[in-house]
Amino acid sequence: MSEQVLSEGRLPVGSVGKRASGWWGMLCLIATEAALFGYLLFSYYYLALQGGGVSFPPAELPKFALSGPNTAILIASSVAVWWGERGVKSGNRARLVIGLLIGLVLGAVFIGIQFLEWSNKNFTLSSTAYGSLYFTITGFHMAHVAAGLVGLALMAIWGGLGYFDDVRHAPISIGAVYWHFVDVVWLTVFFTLYVTPYFW
Amino acid sequence: MRARRSIGRGGRRRVRRGGPAAALRAAAVALALGLPGAAWAATTTPLDYLSGAGEKTNAITPLLWFLIWVSIAVVVIIGGLVLVGALLRRARRSSPAEVPPERTRSGLSWITIGVGLSTIALLVATVWTVSTSAAINEPDEPYGLTLAITGHQWWWEVEYRGDTPSETFETANEIHIPVGVPVRIELRTADVIHSFWVPALTGKTDLIPNITNVTWIEADHAGVYRGQCTEYCGRQHAHMGLVVYADEPQAFEAWRQDQLAPAATPDAELQVGLAAFTIRCGACHTVRGTAAGGQLGPDLSHLASRSTIAAATLPNTIGHLSGWIADPQGVKPGNLMPRLDLMGTELDAIRTYLLSLT
Amino acid sequence: MSAVEYERAPVIADGGFETPAAERLEKIWETAPGIRGWLSTVDHKKIGIRYIVTAFVFLVIGGIEALVMRVQLASPNNTLLTPEAYNELFSTHGMTMIFLYASPILSGFSNYLFPLVLGSRDMAFPRVNALSYWIYLAAGIFLYSSFALGHGPNDGWFNYPPYASREYNPGPNIDYYSLGMILLGISTTVGAANFVVTLIRARCPGMSINRLPILVWGTVTVSVANLIAVPCVSLAFFLLWLDRNYGTHFFTESGGQPLLWQHLFWIFAHPWVYVIVLPAMGMVSDGLPVFCRRPLVGYTPVVLGTITTMVLGFGVWMHHMFAVGVPFVSTSFFSAASFVITIPSAVAVFAWVATIWTGRPVFTSAFLYFASFIAMFVIGGVSGVMTASVAADLQLTDTYFVVAHLHYVLIGINVFAVLGALHFWFPKMTGRLMDERLGRWAFWIIFIGFNLAFLPMHLTGLFGMPRRIYTYPEGFGWGALNMVTSVGSFLFAIGVLLYLVNVFRSLRSGARAGSDPWGAPTLEWATTSPPPPYNFPVIPKVASRHPLWEKQLGEGIGESSVRRGLLLDHGREIPGTSGLDGDPDVILKMPGDTYVPFLLAVALAAGFVGLLLQLWWLIGLSVIGCTAAVIAWLWPRAALGQRADRDRARARGTVA
Repeated sequence: MSEQVLSEGRLPVGSVGKRASGWWGMLCLIATEAALFGYLLFSYYYLALQGGGVSFPPAELPKFALSGPNTAILIASSVAVWWGERGVKSGNRARLVIGLLIGLVLGAVFIGIQFLEWSNKNFTLSSTAYGSLYFTITGFHMAHVAAGLVGLALMAIWGGLGYFDDVRHAPISIGAVYWHFVDVVWLTVFFTLYVTPYFW
Repeated sequence: MRARRSIGRGGRRRVRRGGPAAALRAAAVALALGLPGAAWAATTTPLDYLSGAGEKTNAITPLLWFLIWVSIAVVVIIGGLVLVGALLRRARRSSPAEVPPERTRSGLSWITIGVGLSTIALLVATVWTVSTSAAINEPDEPYGLTLAITGHQWWWEVEYRGDTPSETFETANEIHIPVGVPVRIELRTADVIHSFWVPALTGKTDLIPNITNVTWIEADHAGVYRGQCTEYCGRQHAHMGLVVYADEPQAFEAWRQDQLAPAATPDAELQVGLAAFTIRCGACHTVRGTAAGGQLGPDLSHLASRSTIAAATLPNTIGHLSGWIADPQGVKPGNLMPRLDLMGTELDAIRTYLLSLT
Repeated sequence: MSAVEYERAPVIADGGFETPAAERLEKIWETAPGIRGWLSTVDHKKIGIRYIVTAFVFLVIGGIEALVMRVQLASPNNTLLTPEAYNELFSTHGMTMIFLYASPILSGFSNYLFPLVLGSRDMAFPRVNALSYWIYLAAGIFLYSSFALGHGPNDGWFNYPPYASREYNPGPNIDYYSLGMILLGISTTVGAANFVVTLIRARCPGMSINRLPILVWGTVTVSVANLIAVPCVSLAFFLLWLDRNYGTHFFTESGGQPLLWQHLFWIFAHPWVYVIVLPAMGMVSDGLPVFCRRPLVGYTPVVLGTITTMVLGFGVWMHHMFAVGVPFVSTSFFSAASFVITIPSAVAVFAWVATIWTGRPVFTSAFLYFASFIAMFVIGGVSGVMTASVAADLQLTDTYFVVAHLHYVLIGINVFAVLGALHFWFPKMTGRLMDERLGRWAFWIIFIGFNLAFLPMHLTGLFGMPRRIYTYPEGFGWGALNMVTSVGSFLFAIGVLLYLVNVFRSLRSGARAGSDPWGAPTLEWATTSPPPPYNFPVIPKVASRHPLWEKQLGEGIGESSVRRGLLLDHGREIPGTSGLDGDPDVILKMPGDTYVPFLLAVALAAGFVGLLLQLWWLIGLSVIGCTAAVIAWLWPRAALGQRADRDRARARGTVA
């Protein structure tokens, strides 16, 4: 009956920036996936320290020839996505889509080089505990990259369709933070698998 | 002949705690539960750990009783507070909606006092626990004996380590140790995870693949102590027991010499049994001094000296032994000793031979 | 293409259940009738009740499994069950109770209650809510199909390798268990995210964090823990599945270590035991004060105790591994930590005792459960303290003493709280009261039966009876005790049966309940019983922890307002509120009913069946199906305020 307009002011409506539920949901997803990688790396360190007659890594130390540039490629893809996200915040659709597509291509290259590295290994998933860990850890990461690629593609499509502007672009922020997370995970995986053996 | 007089050295003794310990336990329980309880508790409970018979358990048991008494007191006090409080403060209405809510007192002092008292009890328990753990970590004197126990599904392989190979021998499921001597026990497993436990003498230690765990026991008086596997290891986990005899040093040495010797040479009568045994059982079992050298099952060189069979599942009597070797799957379904359908004269011959292995 | 407005000044109105505005809201929020609505609803109340019903079904199934075991164990050398059958029973019983009953039942209550006690109309993620239920149901069916086919889990609920590895367990039993648990973990994780974000963002104005019901604190605490802990067990099961099927070496041979499994499992499973009790303790902390007619004593200490318990719960896992042979420095640390974790629980116990002593308890059935819960909690707690002592634990572990302990904490803390909570919230959910007389009969039979079954079990354990044995010999002093336990367990079951009879009868013919039959303080009692689909005709604004008791208690800054507040009727909407203080800062557009969560759950489950049977085409179809469903789900929708308004952007020169 008596309806009265709020005199205190207006409220934004819909998915706006960090007020979008999806943003917090993505943070929860990142927390749980970060824990997952934490446990994967824990397993690596545990089995490495326990020995059991198997050396970590077997025979030769891991090489940086492929993994080094690959790391740089993944970092660059994050930079591209970040640059694209800045674009949508200033209403620049072209920059958004280009940034996402560059990120997508670089991410795909990352996966390709990773497969190349896999094929170069002289051990398999079932050779020893080290082999099991190496392929499982990098495999889990690759799966997350692949999911991220699907996300980047979708974001590029949606951006191209004009779905976003300077106020409403929550899916971009949400997808971008996921992509940066995948990048950070790679740094921890890279450190564990490629760098720490030089210190054993 | 020794075989006929008694089955195994401990055959006449029931598997039960020695006299003094049982009386002590009964007295303790009598204090707690009154005479009916004591009478009941004085029934056989060979796997209880409410009283100890070894150096380690002598340290653990008082701590355990402290925790039991404190726990009972806490339950009685808090349960009593709930009951008395509810009855004293009760509002006799059929529905809470009839009683207006009010905040009378803050009630926070209940929390501070209660948590304060609890913390004191917990602190005492923590300190006592840590000091007990440190005390039982290693014996005060050097080890006098080393055993290497390997767990199998579902029996215990026991190797007595001597200084030379000729002083080393194997047996299964029944352990003898000298009273008053710390015994070092190395624990390994041939298959899955098991756990070694002799409640009167020691807490549990797991047997884990690729790892050698070490524990120790020392009995402070002679007696028979039951043990059990206490980590689920498959179908016959329920029937993987062991028996520990703490013997006076001379008796132990006599036992050890007996066990070191190869199996008694069978006379003509027993040759038939030996032949049948070698063919039917020798692929899995060893009897030292014969052609039977299988490694899959327990060493049977002195089977007749043991008081139990099938990992302490059955007493070692003629009837039980016959039943066991005739139908092991009936006694321990799923265990790895196959049913060979031994019958009639063959069964008799093998059994008679086994009974000669003192 | 029209996008929703970018901002507006929301209307404040007087609320009523019969007004035109209420009718409008009813149409906006109602679920379609019949099977359509059943498969597509995102109504948190319906989903919550589904969780509760399904969890109770698993409780009964798990209980029957227990009764069969108790018949086998009632006397020595019994031959009712083969060793294999017994081993599958005890493993499935544990899996059922710990995973398919104990957590989902609490999720059900939380799902039902969160928006109501928080003064809102829905959870933050309504579709995720539906998804978490469907996946739970699918995982339960998946896991139970193994048992029905004679391939149930058979290595206990903690499933240690090497016995769980292919060499010693060649059948599909452990593959079922592994994959089923991973599937269930997805449900738990997405549900946890929903509770966390709902707390952070979806409260009503004025609902600052010091005004939240303890149930909310309990559920959100364990949800944060779940986000961190569940990946650990999912990973463990995945690695085990790889070991069993692809020859990897995580747990056995060639550098693999069985202890890695134990660490990964218990790093999850110890926090999990708090996951299945802290929300139950929260329900008692919220319910007991209602029947004692005063606010909970020590709200802040209890909240801090809840959080502390959960945090410390991550630091004690090795007390399940005291016997594995780690150095005594390690075990001493974990032993000390396990003693310390008792302290925050003691805070809650004394808070409850104080609430009774400074209140005016009314002896309803709910009160009986909540009061006796305190005693059961303490019994479970002290037996836990005994096992915290590593020296004592090396005797107690793997005996029936631990079985007694875990049943006191699981039944005493979880089940007793649930039975009381159902008496308490049944009228809100159904509009009818449960029968009090039958309720009291059921309570006493349950209480006596439970204690008769499990109190002597402490003695059985002290007499050395090991766990997980399908039979035991004469002459060990266990026969009479086991018989008493078996009799008690049947009595307990009869009590539970009576309780369920009460539920069914009351559903049909119980006395009608108004909106607030108990005279309770929190927001769920400010709406009808059962609530309308939109929960509240206007969004309440709260000024204290006990909005409906403000007049009597004379507390709060200002006054809570239930009859007048934000209307929010431009479609399905809830206010988004800021972190600590609960100030509204956005109007969130909520999705309506949709089949997508159901379809996604089906596609996901199909993929797991494919993994179990190694059918690559099925796995492929599942991947395609899941991807399609997720894309459909996430596609930005104008009605949800996820898309830009192009005209507006053009006008402002910010076209993108």
